[in-house]
Amino acid sequence: MNTASMPARRPLTGQWLVRGRWPGRLFLGLVLAVIVWKLTVSVLAGPTIFVQQLINGLQLGFVYALIALGYTMVYGIVRLINFAHGDVFMVGAFISYYAIAQFRLHEWPGRLFTGMAPAASIAIGTVTVMVLSMVVCAVMAVVIERTAYKPLRDAPRISALITAIGVSFFLEYFGALDFVFSPSFITYVRPFPVRTWYILDGIHLLEAGQTRPDGSITFSNILVIIIVVSLLLLLLLTVFVRRTKTGKAMRAVAFDKPTARLMGIDVSRTISVTFAVGAALAGAGGMLYAIAFSSIVFWMGIIPGLKAFIAAVLGGIGSLPGAFLGALIMGQAETLAGAYVSSPMRDAIAFTLLILVLLYRPRGLFGEPEREKA
Amino acid sequence: MKARYLFSLVVGVALLLAACAPAATPAPEAVPLKIAILSPLSGAVPTFGVSNRDGALLAIKEWNAKGGVLGRPIEAIVEDSQCSADPAVNAANKVIGQDGVKFIVGEVCSSASIPVSEITEAKHVVQISGTSTNAQVTLNLDGTTKQYVFRACFIDPFQGKVGAAFALKQGFKTAFVMYDQGNDYVAGLAENFEKSFTAGGGTIVGKESYTGTDTDFSATLTKVAEAAPDVLYVPDYYNIINLVGAQAKEKGVTAVMMGGDGWDSADLDRAAADGGYYTNHYSDQDTRKIVQDWVANYKAEYGSVPDALATLAYDATNLLIAAIDKAGTDDTAAVKDALAGISWEGVSGTITFDAQHNPIKAAVVLQVKDGKINYVDTVAP
Repeated sequence: MNTASMPARRPLTGQWLVRGRWPGRLFLGLVLAVIVWKLTVSVLAGPTIFVQQLINGLQLGFVYALIALGYTMVYGIVRLINFAHGDVFMVGAFISYYAIAQFRLHEWPGRLFTGMAPAASIAIGTVTVMVLSMVVCAVMAVVIERTAYKPLRDAPRISALITAIGVSFFLEYFGALDFVFSPSFITYVRPFPVRTWYILDGIHLLEAGQTRPDGSITFSNILVIIIVVSLLLLLLLTVFVRRTKTGKAMRAVAFDKPTARLMGIDVSRTISVTFAVGAALAGAGGMLYAIAFSSIVFWMGIIPGLKAFIAAVLGGIGSLPGAFLGALIMGQAETLAGAYVSSPMRDAIAFTLLILVLLYRPRGLFGEPEREKA
Repeated sequence: MKARYLFSLVVGVALLLAACAPAATPAPEAVPLKIAILSPLSGAVPTFGVSNRDGALLAIKEWNAKGGVLGRPIEAIVEDSQCSADPAVNAANKVIGQDGVKFIVGEVCSSASIPVSEITEAKHVVQISGTSTNAQVTLNLDGTTKQYVFRACFIDPFQGKVGAAFALKQGFKTAFVMYDQGNDYVAGLAENFEKSFTAGGGTIVGKESYTGTDTDFSATLTKVAEAAPDVLYVPDYYNIINLVGAQAKEKGVTAVMMGGDGWDSADLDRAAADGGYYTNHYSDQDTRKIVQDWVANYKAEYGSVPDALATLAYDATNLLIAAIDKAGTDDTAAVKDALAGISWEGVSGTITFDAQHNPIKAAVVLQVKDGKINYVDTVAP
């Protein structure tokens, strides 16, 4: 029976929408047209608010980027969607909280060198706390990888996926125990005070208790710090992946694992390093998120983790610049949806974005099509 | 073969001995009266749960010290209902079905009390909630009153009216309302505030909803900043206020924040809510002797000043046990009638029930200022 000679049958409804030429494209075109129209109307009605919402979205976008990078690296190298990654982010937030609130670690330079300027002391101290969170998260990720994922490396991928979900629940509910973290919300103690500036004929500081002047755009030092730190970490990661031997090994293992092993690369160690680096970024992201939103709880990693995963898929899972760009788009989409549609629709729109991406461009923006393995 | 025979012989002898041993039945008068306490000990609002439980337990302890009720000691069964419908329903079914409880104090959150009240009404279990303020808790869908469900606090239509009246009295003309549409308590209170505020001549310049798990309110707060209202009304629980208050101040939103009794918690971030007002059931600065005695007793027992939730749980439990005492029996039909007609001097005020099983009580307005909670005003119905 030669299938090539059979007449093309009309596929099932969903496929008809996607695979058929003009119906699917018409539908997508309509949706995009509506979105563009609504946005244009809103922008023209209030340009300053639009810019303000864009700035709001940047904060979220960069934090999601840090988490998405970890997702994408791990997927690239072991083809595993590490659902526990969002909880590593949570652990990073909690570690930094205890370091700041209980041990006042962000003030250690000032305690050691009494003549130091407080600003410099807090800057160095905060960086130390972030490095501490990153290190703890990295170590934890390696432990998780060794105990939970490594034994399943040759098992069907679904086993590792289910294990990842299990690890995620374990981290959350272990963290909810009283003697570990806490079952209730904790108000995060920021290591530095928040300062807000407003842009109106130049940049001015917004005093405490002063109302935001009409038509101005506000941003806070938290936003600046998040952007600077995220870009710095992205730069460090790019240098690491492109210029160092371990980075090269990571790229090699992601490209073709058996051949990399034949070339003398220690695949196990490379995979562990990938998990560690991804988790370190998530830990930093956790601390930044906690500083931005100042309330932490043991389940705080679920939704940002999911959204960062969507961002990684949007950008092309396995691609680093894709994850970063996808996360920025995700942050903007979410904030603009909250601003111009309604706040409860944010999550709905974020997840609809995932469905649309999977329907129309499953490999993402920067993703490579599935290669034929020889 | 031999071991198996020996084993079954041993088991048989053991069963025989167990059957022959006299069953230790306690004397009928000393059978404890069970009261279940449904509290959100985990979940979004654990401080509410701890306060609710502690207030109720202290009331039970005081009654037991006086010899219990109907000559029987009172046994408390505490269950964690997590301030949400499914865990609360499971807890209620468990205490009614497995433990044979006929009296429930709880829950704290309206969104949990309402589904539980449907069960208690159907199974003729007397339920009294200390703090669920949504009107639907004691009302059936057709508007008739549930026979077995009561509460010790005022309801949201009154609380919204008090909030709106206070705001108008302070000279605030415009308000922006933020509410969680998935939470009966928050949505109900927001609606009542809006109705009363507009009826009193104020203008609602904006109304935005959010979900209970949101952490980023910057998009909504930008809209608030644009609208520049006098009042930002956020009648949600303290965990949301901590986030909204902090982010509002960062955005340069200086509207006075206002809210309801969900703000009342030791975990409220007073810096985030600074300058805000909230309507509440009682103030520990009230000079009445009964209040001061209560504060002292609670402090002696638990080491902290009681909040409104502990106070209302205490009043609710006292009301329940007093009704059992007045009825002279633990038959729930008689107790519910006794409770409907009771008049009790509680810490939060004199409590008598109206036709909808809601107490007729005053509300207080408190202000968060410079790290302290100060009493501002009392508003009678």
